[in-house]
Amino acid sequence: MKDADKKRLLREMMFFRRFEDRTFEAYMERKVGGFLHLYSGQEAVATGVLEMANVGKGQENDYVITGYRDHIHAIKTGAQPREVMAELYGKETGSSKGRGGSMHIFDASQNFMGGYALVGQPFPLAAGLAMGAKHKGTDQIAICFLGDGANNQGTFHETLNMASVWDLPVLFVCENNLYAIGTHIDRSTAVRDQYKRICAYDMKASQHDGMDIDIVMDAAKEAIDYVRKESKPYFIEFMTYRYRGHSMSDAKGYRTKDEEEEWMKRDPIRLYSERLIEAGLVTNDEIKEMDKAIDDEIENDIIKFAEESPEPKVEDLNKYVLDDNPDPRWVGPLHK
Amino acid sequence: MAETAYWEAIRRAHDEEMANDPMVIAMGEDIGVVGGTYKATSGLYDKYGPQRIIDTPISENSYTGIGIGASMVGMRPVIEIMSINFALLALDTLINAAAKIRYMSGGQIACPIVMRTPGGTAHQLAAQHSARLARMFMSTSGLRVVTPRGPLDAYGMLKSAIRSNDPVIIIEHEQMYNLKEDIPDEEFFRPLEGAEVVREGSDITLIGYNFSVHLCLEAAKRLEADGISAEVVDLRALKPIDRETIRTSVEKTHRVVVAEEDEAPVGVGSEIITGIIEDCFFALDSQPVRIHAADVPVPYNAKLEKAAIPSAEDVYHGALKALGKI
Repeated sequence: MKDADKKRLLREMMFFRRFEDRTFEAYMERKVGGFLHLYSGQEAVATGVLEMANVGKGQENDYVITGYRDHIHAIKTGAQPREVMAELYGKETGSSKGRGGSMHIFDASQNFMGGYALVGQPFPLAAGLAMGAKHKGTDQIAICFLGDGANNQGTFHETLNMASVWDLPVLFVCENNLYAIGTHIDRSTAVRDQYKRICAYDMKASQHDGMDIDIVMDAAKEAIDYVRKESKPYFIEFMTYRYRGHSMSDAKGYRTKDEEEEWMKRDPIRLYSERLIEAGLVTNDEIKEMDKAIDDEIENDIIKFAEESPEPKVEDLNKYVLDDNPDPRWVGPLHK
Repeated sequence: MAETAYWEAIRRAHDEEMANDPMVIAMGEDIGVVGGTYKATSGLYDKYGPQRIIDTPISENSYTGIGIGASMVGMRPVIEIMSINFALLALDTLINAAAKIRYMSGGQIACPIVMRTPGGTAHQLAAQHSARLARMFMSTSGLRVVTPRGPLDAYGMLKSAIRSNDPVIIIEHEQMYNLKEDIPDEEFFRPLEGAEVVREGSDITLIGYNFSVHLCLEAAKRLEADGISAEVVDLRALKPIDRETIRTSVEKTHRVVVAEEDEAPVGVGSEIITGIIEDCFFALDSQPVRIHAADVPVPYNAKLEKAAIPSAEDVYHGALKALGKI
């Protein structure tokens, strides 16, 4: 990887952290409503995996799908941060035109196929995206990001089975942050290591450190190459940690400060910046400048765009329920 | 024209649409090598292969979800669910995903899936194989729900459903798969919207859908013997409902019976009669009558089963009640 790319990756992760922090502030100001789930702490996983995938190339992108903690996955896939923020503000310029909100970011122009609020629902949808890609004969793959909590849904077992039987090119990325909302994995799940559950499906699986982006990228590259080349599924697990509560209403009473601090010692941004400083690729002053530039971009471009954008029109309430311009030959009505 | 059974009509629609568009696939339990529980895909596995006629494991929610995912990138899956009871297992992907993705994405992503499933009582299949559930799907935003009453619609509506850009639920019926009707040899389509007057009459309107249309037609024959002219309306689509055709008929006859095989509370009849009251209350000469199943899980015992499910006789008596004759 080129030095410039390493610096870019550091900046991206810093940007993602700041984006989520600023979203938190907008939520406290009541500019953002609903349920809000932030990604802080887990940045190395989405950033590292998607860095190794085809993203940012529009319709040539791999298909990416995830749960409700979806802002960063959408942006790294290619969605415009200002459109994601406008969506959080419920604006017509938002990535889902203000109809989806935080949990339902979509950007079809970049093959970001959505955030979903039903835990485990993206498993089969992802396998379907992979089936579509395979059927069309493209070399695209589907990448499905979900947490460890999703693995206790029936869709996990049903889908992994079918993905294996039908050789679907789908990468299942398990972001194991140890908590299913507020329940620790040891209290909800028979095995902590999720990759061990995959042996029942005759599928390749591996587990890695999800706090170190270099490790994430190396592991993801191998897995993605395998899925693309062999047209077969792969399950990759990253051990990681979310700093904030499950959502905004979560006071984190289920875990200790000591545990949080222990994980924060291995903060993905800190780890990577220290590594780049040590290698002489970046200085502390440059990082400070990057921080300032990110702040400036978020405040003067992204937030400004979201604030100034119009809301959807109430008269458009019924748009997008069904095809708004259906072919009368198929739809009718019968006598006209 | 050729006399065609309901199942043959479905099979023909699959065959033609798969030949026409390589993005059309079919998925379901035992639909490939076995050819389908009701033969709706028989012979197609040999013709189109395992990549397009896909035998699935018994995992309704996830194979439906896989079909939905594939539809999001341009495929047109026809998903067979062996019995509407099993569709309950697929409600998450159907109702939480397929019905909502277009809206949640601000119109960016369509889910053009078709889900076909028999929904009705057959003979002594007991409670877990006799659900009807039409009322549940017709109350879900973002779906289309159609109920072909015979081979003509079974063929023409499946073809339209495959080409439509919306998720379409087609509710068939175990007791109709062998029903025969002459249908044209040349290709045709039947639209997914619009009720149809299937028998004209002037004294009373009998409204049905799916199998209950046949109960209404039988009741109309008995009424004719009594010198009463009954009009029969087939709803054809439960979502959206064609209120105009209903209003026109009720304004003509001034009396109405709605026949459904489902249980009554919050059912098809409630919805249709509410619409009539909203649209043409003053055209009514008597209270509307609902004919419906008993509010019980469908029993196994044949006598009890018969008592639980409405018959043509029940529709006939309902009509006499609406006419003030009993």
